[in-house]
Amino acid sequence: MARNKERGTPEVSSGSMADIAFLLLIFFLVTTTIANDKGILMQLPPPPEPDQPEIIFQERNIFKILANSNDQLLVENEPYNKPMSELKEEVKDFVLNFGDPNQDGVDTYNSLPSQMKSRAKQSSESSDHPGKAVVSFKANRGTSYELYIDVLDAVQAAYNEIYAERVGISAQEFLQLDQSKDVEKRMYQQARAGIPKAISIAEPDK
Amino acid sequence: MSKFKKKSSASQDIPTAALPDIIFMLLFFFMVTTVMREQEILVKQILPKADQLSKIQKKSLVSHIYIGEPKNVGTYGSEPRIQTNDVFMVPDELTLFVNQEKDKLSEAERDRITMALNIDSEVKMGIVSDVEQTLRKSNARKILYKSLKGLEE
Repeated sequence: MARNKERGTPEVSSGSMADIAFLLLIFFLVTTTIANDKGILMQLPPPPEPDQPEIIFQERNIFKILANSNDQLLVENEPYNKPMSELKEEVKDFVLNFGDPNQDGVDTYNSLPSQMKSRAKQSSESSDHPGKAVVSFKANRGTSYELYIDVLDAVQAAYNEIYAERVGISAQEFLQLDQSKDVEKRMYQQARAGIPKAISIAEPDK
Repeated sequence: MSKFKKKSSASQDIPTAALPDIIFMLLFFFMVTTVMREQEILVKQILPKADQLSKIQKKSLVSHIYIGEPKNVGTYGSEPRIQTNDVFMVPDELTLFVNQEKDKLSEAERDRITMALNIDSEVKMGIVSDVEQTLRKSNARKILYKSLKGLEE
Protein backbone atom coordinates (compact mmCIF):
# COMPACT_ATOMS: atom_id res chain seq x y z
CA MET A 1 0.00 0.00 0.00
CA ALA A 2 2.55 2.50 1.11
CA ARG A 3 4.74 1.67 -1.81
CA ASN A 4 1.91 2.28 -4.19
CA LYS A 5 1.46 5.78 -2.87
CA GLU A 6 5.07 6.54 -3.34
CA ARG A 7 4.98 5.45 -6.90
CA GLY A 8 2.17 7.91 -7.51
CA THR A 9 -0.28 5.80 -9.43
CA PRO A 10 -3.57 6.79 -7.86
CA GLU A 11 -5.88 4.44 -9.67
CA VAL A 12 -9.28 3.61 -8.30
CA SER A 13 -10.18 0.13 -9.28
CA SER A 14 -13.44 0.29 -11.14
CA GLY A 15 -13.91 -3.42 -11.45
CA SER A 16 -16.52 -3.56 -8.73
CA MET A 17 -18.40 -0.61 -10.12
CA ALA A 18 -20.62 -2.92 -12.13
CA ASP A 19 -21.40 -4.93 -9.04
CA ILE A 20 -22.41 -1.87 -7.07
CA ALA A 21 -24.56 -0.68 -9.92
CA PHE A 22 -26.10 -4.12 -10.20
CA LEU A 23 -26.99 -4.07 -6.55
CA LEU A 24 -28.72 -0.72 -6.89
CA LEU A 25 -30.40 -1.89 -10.07
CA ILE A 26 -31.81 -4.95 -8.40
CA PHE A 27 -33.05 -2.85 -5.52
CA PHE A 28 -34.97 -0.58 -7.85
CA LEU A 29 -36.20 -3.50 -9.94
CA VAL A 30 -37.72 -5.03 -6.85
CA THR A 31 -39.26 -1.87 -5.45
CA THR A 32 -40.65 -0.62 -8.75
CA THR A 33 -44.34 -0.93 -9.31
CA ILE A 34 -45.10 0.29 -12.76
CA ALA A 35 -48.15 2.43 -12.17
CA ASN A 36 -51.11 1.37 -14.21
CA ASP A 37 -53.63 4.15 -14.10
CA LYS A 38 -55.95 2.49 -16.50
CA GLY A 39 -59.57 1.67 -16.21
CA ILE A 40 -63.09 2.29 -17.38
CA LEU A 41 -63.93 5.97 -17.31
CA MET A 42 -67.45 6.91 -16.34
CA GLN A 43 -69.19 10.17 -15.71
CA LEU A 44 -71.68 10.08 -12.87
CA PRO A 45 -74.90 12.06 -13.26
CA PRO A 46 -75.33 15.22 -11.19
CA PRO A 47 -77.01 14.71 -7.81
CA PRO A 48 -80.79 14.54 -8.02
CA GLU A 49 -82.65 17.72 -7.32
CA PRO A 50 -85.80 17.53 -5.22
CA ASP A 51 -88.16 19.08 -7.75
CA GLN A 52 -86.69 17.42 -10.80
CA PRO A 53 -89.32 16.44 -13.32
CA GLU A 54 -89.18 12.82 -14.27
CA ILE A 55 -88.01 12.27 -17.80
CA ILE A 56 -90.10 9.70 -19.55
CA PHE A 57 -88.45 7.53 -22.13
CA GLN A 58 -90.31 5.33 -24.49
CA GLU A 59 -89.90 1.69 -23.66
CA ARG A 60 -88.36 0.88 -27.03
CA ASN A 61 -85.63 3.46 -26.58
CA ILE A 62 -84.28 1.81 -23.46
CA PHE A 63 -82.11 -1.28 -23.52
CA LYS A 64 -82.61 -2.72 -20.08
CA ILE A 65 -79.99 -4.82 -18.33
CA LEU A 66 -80.72 -6.04 -14.83
CA ALA A 67 -78.48 -8.04 -12.55
CA ASN A 68 -79.62 -9.77 -9.38
CA SER A 69 -77.75 -10.77 -6.27
CA ASN A 70 -76.98 -14.23 -7.71
CA ASP A 71 -75.16 -12.64 -10.61
CA GLN A 72 -77.90 -13.58 -13.06
CA LEU A 73 -78.70 -11.21 -15.85
CA LEU A 74 -82.02 -10.10 -17.24
CA VAL A 75 -81.62 -8.42 -20.61
CA GLU A 76 -84.70 -6.86 -22.23
CA ASN A 77 -86.85 -8.88 -19.83
CA GLU A 78 -85.32 -12.20 -20.84
CA PRO A 79 -82.94 -14.27 -18.71
CA TYR A 80 -79.52 -14.03 -20.24
CA ASN A 81 -76.86 -16.74 -20.29
CA LYS A 82 -74.90 -15.91 -23.38
CA PRO A 83 -71.33 -14.63 -23.25
CA MET A 84 -70.59 -10.93 -22.96
CA SER A 85 -69.50 -10.67 -26.59
CA GLU A 86 -73.10 -11.50 -27.58
CA LEU A 87 -74.39 -8.80 -25.29
CA LYS A 88 -72.08 -6.36 -26.99
CA GLU A 89 -73.52 -7.22 -30.41
CA GLU A 90 -77.06 -6.84 -29.10
CA VAL A 91 -76.27 -3.40 -27.74
CA LYS A 92 -74.77 -2.44 -31.09
CA ASP A 93 -77.88 -3.63 -32.91
CA PHE A 94 -80.04 -1.71 -30.47
CA VAL A 95 -78.15 1.56 -30.88
CA LEU A 96 -77.97 1.32 -34.66
CA ASN A 97 -81.60 0.31 -35.14
CA PHE A 98 -82.96 3.57 -36.63
CA GLY A 99 -86.58 2.52 -36.13
CA ASP A 100 -88.08 5.96 -36.47
CA PRO A 101 -85.29 8.50 -37.02
CA ASN A 102 -85.87 12.25 -36.90
CA GLN A 103 -83.88 14.63 -39.10
CA ASP A 104 -80.74 14.35 -36.95
CA GLY A 105 -81.11 10.60 -36.96
CA VAL A 106 -81.31 10.53 -40.75
CA ASP A 107 -78.20 12.70 -40.95
CA THR A 108 -76.38 10.34 -38.61
CA TYR A 109 -77.51 7.38 -40.66
CA ASN A 110 -76.25 8.93 -43.88
CA SER A 111 -72.86 9.57 -42.33
CA LEU A 112 -72.33 5.90 -41.48
CA PRO A 113 -70.18 3.63 -43.64
CA SER A 114 -72.13 1.13 -45.69
CA GLN A 115 -71.43 -1.99 -43.63
CA MET A 116 -72.82 -0.21 -40.58
CA LYS A 117 -75.94 0.87 -42.45
CA SER A 118 -76.75 -2.77 -42.98
CA ARG A 119 -76.99 -3.17 -39.20
CA ALA A 120 -80.02 -0.90 -39.10
CA LYS A 121 -82.94 -3.31 -38.86
CA GLN A 122 -85.46 -0.49 -38.45
CA SER A 123 -87.47 -2.60 -36.07
CA SER A 124 -90.30 -0.78 -34.33
CA GLU A 125 -89.47 -2.66 -31.11
CA SER A 126 -86.01 -1.15 -30.81
CA SER A 127 -84.56 2.36 -30.59
CA ASP A 128 -85.76 5.22 -32.79
CA HIS A 129 -82.27 6.52 -33.50
CA PRO A 130 -78.91 6.63 -31.67
CA GLY A 131 -79.64 10.08 -30.26
CA LYS A 132 -82.53 8.64 -28.29
CA ALA A 133 -81.15 5.22 -27.40
CA VAL A 134 -80.29 4.69 -23.75
CA VAL A 135 -78.64 1.63 -22.31
CA SER A 136 -79.84 1.22 -18.77
CA PHE A 137 -77.99 -1.03 -16.35
CA LYS A 138 -79.30 -1.72 -12.91
CA ALA A 139 -77.50 -3.92 -10.44
CA ASN A 140 -78.54 -5.24 -7.08
CA ARG A 141 -76.64 -4.46 -3.90
CA GLY A 142 -75.62 -8.08 -3.83
CA THR A 143 -74.33 -8.21 -7.39
CA SER A 144 -70.61 -8.84 -7.56
CA TYR A 145 -68.41 -6.03 -8.73
CA GLU A 146 -66.80 -8.38 -11.22
CA LEU A 147 -70.06 -8.93 -13.10
CA TYR A 148 -70.79 -5.22 -12.94
CA ILE A 149 -67.48 -4.45 -14.62
CA ASP A 150 -68.01 -7.23 -17.18
CA VAL A 151 -71.35 -5.79 -18.25
CA LEU A 152 -70.11 -2.22 -18.17
CA ASP A 153 -67.14 -3.28 -20.25
CA ALA A 154 -69.38 -4.98 -22.82
CA VAL A 155 -71.61 -1.91 -23.17
CA GLN A 156 -68.60 0.37 -23.41
CA ALA A 157 -67.12 -1.96 -26.00
CA ALA A 158 -70.32 -1.77 -28.06
CA TYR A 159 -70.21 2.02 -28.16
CA ASN A 160 -66.47 2.18 -28.74
CA GLU A 161 -66.70 -0.26 -31.62
CA ILE A 162 -69.47 1.79 -33.19
CA TYR A 163 -67.37 4.93 -32.90
CA ALA A 164 -64.26 3.22 -34.15
CA GLU A 165 -65.94 1.59 -37.11
CA ARG A 166 -67.37 4.94 -38.11
CA VAL A 167 -63.95 6.46 -38.61
CA GLY A 168 -62.38 3.24 -39.83
CA ILE A 169 -60.08 2.31 -36.94
CA SER A 170 -60.10 -0.45 -34.35
CA ALA A 171 -61.73 0.02 -30.95
CA GLN A 172 -58.37 -0.06 -29.20
CA GLU A 173 -57.05 2.64 -31.51
CA PHE A 174 -60.14 4.68 -30.79
CA LEU A 175 -59.51 4.47 -27.05
CA GLN A 176 -55.97 5.64 -27.55
CA LEU A 177 -56.91 8.76 -29.50
CA ASP A 178 -55.08 11.68 -27.98
CA GLN A 179 -57.43 14.61 -27.49
CA SER A 180 -54.58 17.08 -27.37
CA LYS A 181 -53.74 16.50 -31.01
CA ASP A 182 -55.91 18.31 -33.52
CA VAL A 183 -56.21 15.53 -36.08
CA GLU A 184 -57.09 12.93 -33.49
CA LYS A 185 -59.51 15.22 -31.71
CA ARG A 186 -61.37 15.87 -34.94
CA MET A 187 -61.52 12.15 -35.58
CA TYR A 188 -62.91 11.62 -32.09
CA GLN A 189 -65.57 14.27 -32.54
CA GLN A 190 -66.50 12.94 -35.95
CA ALA A 191 -66.90 9.47 -34.50
CA ARG A 192 -69.12 10.61 -31.67
CA ALA A 193 -71.28 13.09 -33.57
CA GLY A 194 -74.95 12.17 -33.35
CA ILE A 195 -74.37 9.05 -31.26
CA PRO A 196 -74.16 10.01 -27.59
CA LYS A 197 -72.80 7.41 -25.21
CA ALA A 198 -75.94 7.11 -23.14
CA ILE A 199 -75.23 4.59 -20.43
CA SER A 200 -77.47 4.96 -17.45
CA ILE A 201 -76.41 3.26 -14.25
CA ALA A 202 -79.39 3.08 -11.98
CA GLU A 203 -79.06 3.06 -8.23
CA PRO A 204 -79.17 -0.56 -7.06
CA ASP A 205 -82.11 -2.12 -5.29
CA LYS A 206 -81.88 -2.61 -1.59
CA MET B 1 -13.81 -23.68 -41.80
CA SER B 2 -10.24 -22.64 -41.56
CA LYS B 3 -11.35 -19.07 -41.33
CA PHE B 4 -13.35 -19.81 -38.24
CA LYS B 5 -10.48 -21.64 -36.66
CA LYS B 6 -8.30 -18.63 -37.06
CA LYS B 7 -10.82 -16.50 -35.32
CA SER B 8 -11.17 -18.84 -32.41
CA SER B 9 -7.52 -18.63 -31.77
CA ALA B 10 -7.92 -14.93 -31.03
CA SER B 11 -8.59 -13.80 -27.51
CA GLN B 12 -12.09 -14.60 -26.38
CA ASP B 13 -12.45 -11.87 -23.78
CA ILE B 14 -15.56 -9.79 -24.05
CA PRO B 15 -14.66 -6.23 -23.23
CA THR B 16 -16.50 -5.44 -20.04
CA ALA B 17 -15.40 -1.86 -19.75
CA ALA B 18 -18.77 -0.57 -20.89
CA LEU B 19 -20.71 -2.86 -18.58
CA PRO B 20 -20.99 -0.37 -15.71
CA ASP B 21 -22.30 2.21 -18.10
CA ILE B 22 -24.98 -0.10 -19.38
CA ILE B 23 -26.00 -1.07 -15.89
CA PHE B 24 -26.05 2.56 -14.83
CA MET B 25 -28.30 3.37 -17.73
CA LEU B 26 -30.75 0.69 -16.66
CA LEU B 27 -30.42 1.88 -13.09
CA PHE B 28 -31.31 5.43 -14.00
CA PHE B 29 -34.27 4.23 -16.00
CA PHE B 30 -35.68 2.40 -13.01
CA MET B 31 -34.83 5.21 -10.63
CA VAL B 32 -36.76 7.65 -12.78
CA THR B 33 -39.77 5.43 -13.31
CA THR B 34 -40.04 4.24 -9.75
CA VAL B 35 -42.84 5.69 -7.75
CA MET B 36 -42.38 4.81 -4.15
CA ARG B 37 -45.64 3.74 -2.62
CA GLU B 38 -46.53 6.46 -0.21
CA GLN B 39 -49.26 4.49 1.43
CA GLU B 40 -49.85 0.98 2.49
CA ILE B 41 -52.95 -0.62 1.12
CA LEU B 42 -54.85 -2.30 3.88
CA VAL B 43 -57.45 -4.03 1.76
CA LYS B 44 -57.29 -6.91 -0.66
CA GLN B 45 -56.85 -5.78 -4.21
CA ILE B 46 -57.52 -8.15 -7.03
CA LEU B 47 -58.72 -5.84 -9.73
CA PRO B 48 -61.27 -7.07 -12.27
CA LYS B 49 -60.29 -7.55 -15.88
CA ALA B 50 -61.74 -5.44 -18.64
CA ASP B 51 -61.04 -4.56 -22.22
CA GLN B 52 -62.15 -1.01 -22.83
CA LEU B 53 -59.52 0.78 -20.81
CA SER B 54 -58.79 4.45 -21.06
CA LYS B 55 -55.66 6.02 -19.81
CA ILE B 56 -55.68 9.04 -17.56
CA GLN B 57 -54.23 12.05 -19.29
CA LYS B 58 -53.16 13.93 -16.20
CA LYS B 59 -52.06 11.98 -13.17
CA SER B 60 -52.16 14.89 -10.75
CA LEU B 61 -55.92 15.01 -11.09
CA VAL B 62 -56.37 11.48 -9.80
CA SER B 63 -57.26 10.51 -6.25
CA HIS B 64 -57.44 6.92 -5.22
CA ILE B 65 -60.07 5.13 -3.22
CA TYR B 66 -59.53 1.50 -2.29
CA ILE B 67 -62.35 -0.85 -1.49
CA GLY B 68 -62.02 -4.46 -0.50
CA GLU B 69 -61.95 -6.96 2.30
CA PRO B 70 -59.35 -5.91 4.92
CA LYS B 71 -56.12 -7.87 4.77
CA ASN B 72 -56.04 -8.01 8.52
CA VAL B 73 -59.32 -9.79 9.09
CA GLY B 74 -58.61 -10.29 12.79
CA THR B 75 -58.54 -6.57 13.51
CA TYR B 76 -60.91 -5.10 10.97
CA GLY B 77 -63.37 -7.89 10.23
CA SER B 78 -64.15 -9.41 6.87
CA GLU B 79 -66.67 -6.87 5.60
CA PRO B 80 -65.36 -4.80 2.68
CA ARG B 81 -64.03 -1.44 3.80
CA ILE B 82 -63.20 1.82 2.09
CA GLN B 83 -59.65 3.06 2.38
CA THR B 84 -58.37 6.48 1.44
CA ASN B 85 -54.82 7.51 2.21
CA ASP B 86 -54.12 5.47 5.33
CA VAL B 87 -57.47 5.26 7.01
CA PHE B 88 -60.70 3.37 6.72
CA MET B 89 -63.80 5.42 6.13
CA VAL B 90 -67.52 5.08 6.00
CA PRO B 91 -69.10 6.28 2.73
CA ASP B 92 -70.39 9.53 4.25
CA GLU B 93 -66.91 10.63 5.25
CA LEU B 94 -65.80 10.55 1.64
CA THR B 95 -67.17 14.06 1.09
CA LEU B 96 -64.48 15.36 3.39
CA PHE B 97 -61.84 13.37 1.56
CA VAL B 98 -63.02 14.68 -1.82
CA ASN B 99 -62.87 18.25 -0.55
CA GLN B 100 -59.36 17.72 0.83
CA GLU B 101 -58.24 16.32 -2.50
CA LYS B 102 -59.88 19.18 -4.36
CA ASP B 103 -58.09 21.70 -2.17
CA LYS B 104 -54.79 20.32 -3.39
CA LEU B 105 -55.64 21.24 -6.96
CA SER B 106 -55.74 24.66 -8.50
CA GLU B 107 -59.05 26.43 -8.91
CA ALA B 108 -59.35 25.68 -12.60
CA GLU B 109 -58.68 21.99 -12.25
CA ARG B 110 -61.03 21.28 -9.38
CA ASP B 111 -63.91 20.22 -11.55
CA ARG B 112 -61.75 17.83 -13.47
CA ILE B 113 -60.78 15.71 -10.49
CA THR B 114 -60.96 12.01 -11.25
CA MET B 115 -61.64 9.48 -8.54
CA ALA B 116 -59.94 6.19 -9.27
CA LEU B 117 -61.90 3.40 -7.65
CA ASN B 118 -59.63 0.46 -6.91
CA ILE B 119 -62.19 -2.14 -6.07
CA ASP B 120 -61.52 -5.77 -5.37
CA SER B 121 -63.46 -7.99 -7.73
CA GLU B 122 -65.11 -9.89 -4.89
CA VAL B 123 -66.78 -6.82 -3.44
CA LYS B 124 -70.55 -6.58 -3.76
CA MET B 125 -72.18 -3.64 -5.48
CA GLY B 126 -73.86 -2.27 -2.34
CA ILE B 127 -70.81 -0.53 -0.93
CA VAL B 128 -69.70 0.53 -4.40
CA SER B 129 -72.97 2.29 -5.03
CA ASP B 130 -72.87 3.98 -1.63
CA VAL B 131 -69.50 5.39 -2.60
CA GLU B 132 -70.81 6.49 -5.98
CA GLN B 133 -73.79 8.27 -4.44
CA THR B 134 -71.50 10.14 -2.07
CA LEU B 135 -69.20 11.11 -4.92
CA ARG B 136 -72.18 12.38 -6.86
CA LYS B 137 -73.20 14.55 -3.94
CA SER B 138 -69.70 15.86 -3.39
CA ASN B 139 -69.45 16.75 -7.05
CA ALA B 140 -66.55 14.50 -8.01
CA ARG B 141 -68.40 12.91 -10.82
CA LYS B 142 -65.58 11.68 -12.98
CA ILE B 143 -64.72 8.21 -11.90
CA LEU B 144 -62.41 5.54 -13.15
CA TYR B 145 -63.02 1.91 -12.38
CA LYS B 146 -59.45 0.72 -12.21
CA SER B 147 -59.09 -2.58 -13.98
CA LEU B 148 -56.47 -4.69 -15.59
CA LYS B 149 -56.12 -5.43 -19.24
CA GLY B 150 -57.53 -8.84 -19.97
CA LEU B 151 -59.14 -10.34 -23.00
CA GLU B 152 -62.77 -11.15 -22.57
CA GLU B 153 -63.40 -14.82 -22.63
